[in-house]
Amino acid sequence: MTTEVLKAPLVVEFPFTRSLGPVQSAFLTGLREQVVLGVRTTDGRTLVPPVEYAPVTADEIRDLVQVAPTGTVTTWAWNHAPRRDQPLETPFAWVLVRLDGADTALLHALDAPGPDAVHTGMRVRVRWAAERTGAITDIACFEPYDSASDSEVAAHDGQFESMVTGIVAQARLDYSYSPGRAQTAYISALADRRIVGERCPSCRKVYVPPRGACPTCGVATAEQVQVGPGGTVTTFCIVNIKARNLDIEVPYVYAHIALDGADLALHGRIGGIPYDQVRMGLRVEPVWTEGGRYPDHYRPTGEPDADYETFKELL
Amino acid sequence: MSSEPVAVVGIGQTKHVAARRDVSMAGLVREAAQRALADAELTWADIDAVVIGKAPDFFEGVMMPELYLADALGAVGKPMLRVHTAGSVGGSTALVATNLVRSRVHATVLTLAYEKQSESNAMWGLSLPIPFQQPLLAGAGGFFAPHVRAYMHRSGAPDTVGSLVAYKDRRNALLNPYAHLHEHDITLEKVQASPMLWDPIRYSETCPSSDGACAMILTDRAGAARSPRPPAWLHGGAMRSEPTLFAGKDAVSPQAGQDCAADVYRQAGIADPRRDIDAVEMYVPFSWYEPMWLENLGFAAEGEGWKLTESGVTELDGDLPVNMSGGVLSTNPIGASGMIRFAEAALQVRGLAGEHQVDGARRVLGHAYGGGSQFFSMWLVGSEPPTS
Repeated sequence: MTTEVLKAPLVVEFPFTRSLGPVQSAFLTGLREQVVLGVRTTDGRTLVPPVEYAPVTADEIRDLVQVAPTGTVTTWAWNHAPRRDQPLETPFAWVLVRLDGADTALLHALDAPGPDAVHTGMRVRVRWAAERTGAITDIACFEPYDSASDSEVAAHDGQFESMVTGIVAQARLDYSYSPGRAQTAYISALADRRIVGERCPSCRKVYVPPRGACPTCGVATAEQVQVGPGGTVTTFCIVNIKARNLDIEVPYVYAHIALDGADLALHGRIGGIPYDQVRMGLRVEPVWTEGGRYPDHYRPTGEPDADYETFKELL
Repeated sequence: MSSEPVAVVGIGQTKHVAARRDVSMAGLVREAAQRALADAELTWADIDAVVIGKAPDFFEGVMMPELYLADALGAVGKPMLRVHTAGSVGGSTALVATNLVRSRVHATVLTLAYEKQSESNAMWGLSLPIPFQQPLLAGAGGFFAPHVRAYMHRSGAPDTVGSLVAYKDRRNALLNPYAHLHEHDITLEKVQASPMLWDPIRYSETCPSSDGACAMILTDRAGAARSPRPPAWLHGGAMRSEPTLFAGKDAVSPQAGQDCAADVYRQAGIADPRRDIDAVEMYVPFSWYEPMWLENLGFAAEGEGWKLTESGVTELDGDLPVNMSGGVLSTNPIGASGMIRFAEAALQVRGLAGEHQVDGARRVLGHAYGGGSQFFSMWLVGSEPPTS
């Protein structure tokens, strides 16, 4: 029998926060005020965007200068199909722009009608975003602009009213996740309220849930073994604080349960007994609910407790 | 050909706190690195290579910190490596750096580990919503608490032992200016009255969430001869791994931990760790791990570790002080926590630990573990150069 291997999207996203430190704080606050700041290195170069520590000498650098909002494209690549959250929704050029007065180039987007309209050495200027918050997106993009290069820079103290000291870096990764053959078989058996593990052909241990390979022997597993439904609580804790995204009233018991026939405990919640009467060795069985992929919890079977010697290897 | 002796000649830490909003990550690591250079009286030009470690990527959302931090760590034109072994990373990072000197690839290496927990959420990073999987029903403490209960059952330890560890470590932290938690009004009664979060683990028996960095300068015999302050000498270092879950895993006393310690003791010529080692700085994120690791590392027989804690042996003025710095229970920038343990061991044998100095500490063990007891790293440092 072959079952189609399961697959589902997995979106990982989190609003990471970033403390900027003195140099990035001045740079991003400056963008909000339509001022582009660079930093002077001890060997006399101007870096835009600025960094806190000089790449060549490793010196701490804090001498800020204001550079022009105009510059020259040093190299570029055409982006035929912009993706979500990129600077422009229509096709554009990724460009490295050396702003007038700077010795290094800044990566950004260039709004141009097509790749034929872009060339290395072309002159461009900043197009400011209408609403600016103190972020690199305060530069909406660059646009073609004929002007003479002016490399004058002016010292700047980097101070503005209400400095931006931190940003939120919203990160998002889109995965397509598959649990693989062994877990797919395990999950489809659960739909019939059967718990099926796999036996290692080498050490003969039964793994639940199965992972398709034995982590000790490093060999593939295939032989399916139904375990349980009865099992033994091998160890546990009483959870007194509510976990995020879990709709379970505290206190409750979170336990390691060795199902009969399995060589590894799995984890589950114990119900149907006051939390303070759960004990190591308690005999339990799964309780299924309509539509649940996994047993909702495990409840006592009423059998005598298992002897410690029978489960001491399964904690 | 024998390997090159390795010496620690510079140590630097930030003052560990809940949130360092005044600095970027670059500024944070720079601060620790500068302090290590100042301790060694060296400059960036004296460093031949940089080895950096941090917590898992999702903990801070910085996927390649070695790119972003090369400037801050003076790594331009030099080899830069990143090490990645979950909570043990600070220890294994130091050992990778050690091996570069030991093998004579480089003479002087800067090694550093850090984390800004305030800019992320470690619990989120550990509980991604993987499709089809049953969610973990408990949180970090809930993952470890059943192992603690298993230890208590196996050893018959009285249930007060965990609170004794927390009370000791928090008092030790008061003597360490770099420690995060400085609970001046700490009492044993307060620890024992704190809420039970994941029974048997109380709130006061868990580690805080910290921002911090730790750096060390490692060098060869010639470099050590130029050191302005006493060096710490490497006598043994090892790493071991095992799966987080496998049939037969002993989560209370993992085989990989025992094997790692045995390898370190063999290298260092330690016949009886309880007798031959003067102090231990070990990774104890939940208080009960002190007696558990005392057994795992061979300082006590199985089931006997708690007796060392209960009888005061592991106190700062005891016969085998444990976690003189205040330990992970007082300071936990996860990515740096392993290196802080290694650095504290080195500070002790250099005689530079300040108010939490153990008199006459000549051989001290530094220990780190991480990833559901999956990775172990340890080093033993001494006040004298190794004899072999």
